[in-house]
Amino acid sequence: MKQKDIAALLDEPACEHNKKAKSGCAKPKPGATAGGCAFDGAQIALLPIVDVAHIVHGSIACAGSAWDNRGTRSTGPTLFKLGMTTDLTEQDVIMGRGEKRLFHGIKQAVETYHPAAVFVYNTCVPALVGDDIEAVCKAAAERWGTPVIPVDAAGFYGTKNLGNRIAGETMVKRVCGTREPDPVPAGIERDGFKVHDITLIGEYNIAGELWHVLPVLDELGLRVLCTLSGDARFREVQTMHRSKANMMVCSKAMINVARKLKDAYGTPWFEGSFYGVADMSQALRDFARLIDDADLTRRTEALIAREEARMDQALAPWRERLAGKRALLYTGGVKSWSVISALQDLGMTVVATGTRKSTEEDKARIRELMGDDAPMLEDGNPRALLDQYRRFDADIMIAGGRNMYTALKARIPFLDINQEREFGYAGYDGMLELARQLCVTLESPIWAAVRSAPPWATRTKADVVGAPSPARSAEQTIAAPEVATHA
Amino acid sequence: MPETTITPPEIVKRNKALAVSPLKASSTLGATLAFLGMDRCLPMLHGSQGCTAFGKIFFIQHFREPMPMQTTALDQVSTIMGSDDAVVEGLATIAAKHAPALIGLPTTGLTETQGADIERAVAMFRAKHPEYDQIAVVPVNTPDYAGSLESGFNAALKAMIERLVPKASAAGTKPGRRRRQVNVLAGAHLTVGDIEHIKDLLERFRLRALVLPDISDSLDGHLTDADFSAVTIGGTRLDELAHAGDSVATLVIGSSLAGAADALAARTGVPDYRFAHLMGLEAMDAFITALAEISAEPVPERITRSRSQLQDAMLDAHFALGQARFAVAADGDLLVALTQLLAGMGAETVAAVAPSNSPALQQVAARSVKIGDLEDLEQAARASGAEVLITNSHGVHTAERLGIPLLRAGFPQFDLLGGYQRQWVGYTGTRATLFELANIVLGLHKGEIHAYRSSLKQWPEAEQDAAAA
Repeated sequence: MKQKDIAALLDEPACEHNKKAKSGCAKPKPGATAGGCAFDGAQIALLPIVDVAHIVHGSIACAGSAWDNRGTRSTGPTLFKLGMTTDLTEQDVIMGRGEKRLFHGIKQAVETYHPAAVFVYNTCVPALVGDDIEAVCKAAAERWGTPVIPVDAAGFYGTKNLGNRIAGETMVKRVCGTREPDPVPAGIERDGFKVHDITLIGEYNIAGELWHVLPVLDELGLRVLCTLSGDARFREVQTMHRSKANMMVCSKAMINVARKLKDAYGTPWFEGSFYGVADMSQALRDFARLIDDADLTRRTEALIAREEARMDQALAPWRERLAGKRALLYTGGVKSWSVISALQDLGMTVVATGTRKSTEEDKARIRELMGDDAPMLEDGNPRALLDQYRRFDADIMIAGGRNMYTALKARIPFLDINQEREFGYAGYDGMLELARQLCVTLESPIWAAVRSAPPWATRTKADVVGAPSPARSAEQTIAAPEVATHA
Repeated sequence: MPETTITPPEIVKRNKALAVSPLKASSTLGATLAFLGMDRCLPMLHGSQGCTAFGKIFFIQHFREPMPMQTTALDQVSTIMGSDDAVVEGLATIAAKHAPALIGLPTTGLTETQGADIERAVAMFRAKHPEYDQIAVVPVNTPDYAGSLESGFNAALKAMIERLVPKASAAGTKPGRRRRQVNVLAGAHLTVGDIEHIKDLLERFRLRALVLPDISDSLDGHLTDADFSAVTIGGTRLDELAHAGDSVATLVIGSSLAGAADALAARTGVPDYRFAHLMGLEAMDAFITALAEISAEPVPERITRSRSQLQDAMLDAHFALGQARFAVAADGDLLVALTQLLAGMGAETVAAVAPSNSPALQQVAARSVKIGDLEDLEQAARASGAEVLITNSHGVHTAERLGIPLLRAGFPQFDLLGGYQRQWVGYTGTRATLFELANIVLGLHKGEIHAYRSSLKQWPEAEQDAAAA
């Protein structure tokens, strides 16, 4: 990929990060960086397209340690679960045989698995030696009669976030608009019930949570032309351009997709979330607003009233158990504000939240929910998280799987909120699962036992590990300036 | 856990005529098992030959070992006319043919109903055959219509103590004369692997375990030079038992052994430490603390490390085990151990069944305990939505019908290799158990959201049939 193309992607006009010099898609800092590369981001963004053969062109480290480790789910094909890589050898690299291997690799994938399309992900080594994957893909598509899409997001191009954008850009440029949508199935539309086409950008069907949302959308007559990319089929991605309203579901990762679809096809979009009763209802309202069909608006409000009443009842016992519990939130991709609202809805207090990936707009929404002096954590390193946990006297840490063992080693309750999780929290019913999982860890009887020192330990050692102590509070006061308080 | 004092469960007594898929193994077998933990022993069941034959199969399948067991083989005549002669003849035959160190003589339902006086029969044998005086004979009343495997085991153990451990006053034994020797009364719920681990722990405190009975030395599945033996090879030696009164302490593992423990303490004066079981952090902390106290040795670093590994495993497993719903059927001591372990992890025992009532059941961590069978377990498990079953190998079909996974525990485990040597106790055994339980729960894919097939989705042609379905 050319430097100017990368620069163009980084300069995303719709992104809030662009408006502030300090934050945004900053350069990773050697020696103090966590998180994935551009390849990682591109692959994560597209892998949930289930009927595509995803071939990683590179040496083994890229695919070998990254295949089949996400909780995204499919209603049918499982092709995307297969790890495919050219697994380049030293000879391939030295003798320049990577392209040939890729070409034959595509053939093998097409002949063995008959995929709807083949996606070829570029990685560092072939990008560096100069394999022309674009040309190989073009030749292979012609030769084997299957769409072959190059996704040029080698790791050194930049961060995971950039990879997300490259992936989105690739879909908009090369796939979207290559097919017209199927007609709406007969017998669904009737008087006063028109089906409207929508697209969900950045929804990955983690743990199948999309299936908590789809029944509601179906009931309203909102046809999801395509999710980018949870449980998507290649043929759905092709029709994205006909959507009447787009929702950007998860973070800013694919904001360029929403913007470009607006620029090219005039599709309005909004940023929303399916987490928590309030945000779920808001998302439905936003669709109705953008589509602007009086009948849809009426039905939407009726559905919201019904579902919210149902949830009020279903959540009552959980709210009782969770009331007053204090959470420290440090989310990765999932929007902080959305989770805050969901937790508050359960009667919990969010004592501080991570904002490393949040925009100014996100932060404004956080302040709306948590008050003007909402403590925001820019630094997500484990030590800082634990210090803040104790400083704010929290009861539970809610963060990505990467931080799970940080919390567990410190013997504190934890809830995984990111991509690798096994439970779906989206939609109205997802709230029940969220409440249940919070209780599983918060109410576990293990805490006293795992914090106990051996009875034979000497007196000085016998201090209970993990519990807040006066001495610790003093340390924390000193550590306090680490927290950026955004007033 | 210490703070969560367990509210005693409601004990629901048997209320149906028929036992279906019985959970209970007889007290006769329990007594036999205790005898099989003694060195050069041959248990002879006083009953019809079927009593022995069935029991033999039961243990052979579980331990995958040839089981030395004999029978007084009552027939119509000896059943009606009196079986004392059969006992005398049986004892004499075994003594002559196999010269064992000990003959265990548990009674059965048949002989108890008949009114056999087993003590008198043994006295007759002694009077008639003084040449076999060096062979110990321990009779014990274990009708299969009372109690279960666990209570029979305790009865035999108590009988052996009363016969074979001399009173301190008579033998001149003195508690603590053997400063590094510790008696271990090992309950029927302990496996070969459990006992090996307990012995190993004692060794790390430079203590020598005198285990009574020691199935880890007789039924551990080792090969010997001899190609056949009609008596047990290995187990607790009688000459050692004679010195149990010299031990510095007695460790009693299993509430069901209270009777045997009382007898040992009364005869020898050796102070005892009693443990309901050795599963879980709390139980093991108490055990290790006792070993440190008895031995006056520091706790080895290795053990402290194991403890902290268990704590880590508890953290890792608590997500899966929290609020998980278990159905458990086992003899009392094992039921107490497993349910307490589960409760400590935030899991719930929604169905608990024991084959017979015992005081230990008060310690079960469940709302109620049904005295009953696997049919009761199945019904309770279904009614309460159990997710995982824990019981013996007979639970396979129960689990199949319930559509839930089974973890095998207790007697018998006939469809599994190595069940007899699995280590459940200790920090290490508990850790392995927690991992296994958590993996079973993970395999359930709980909280899985079922695929929803939208009628509006643009299904590829190949998938349209499935979509229509």
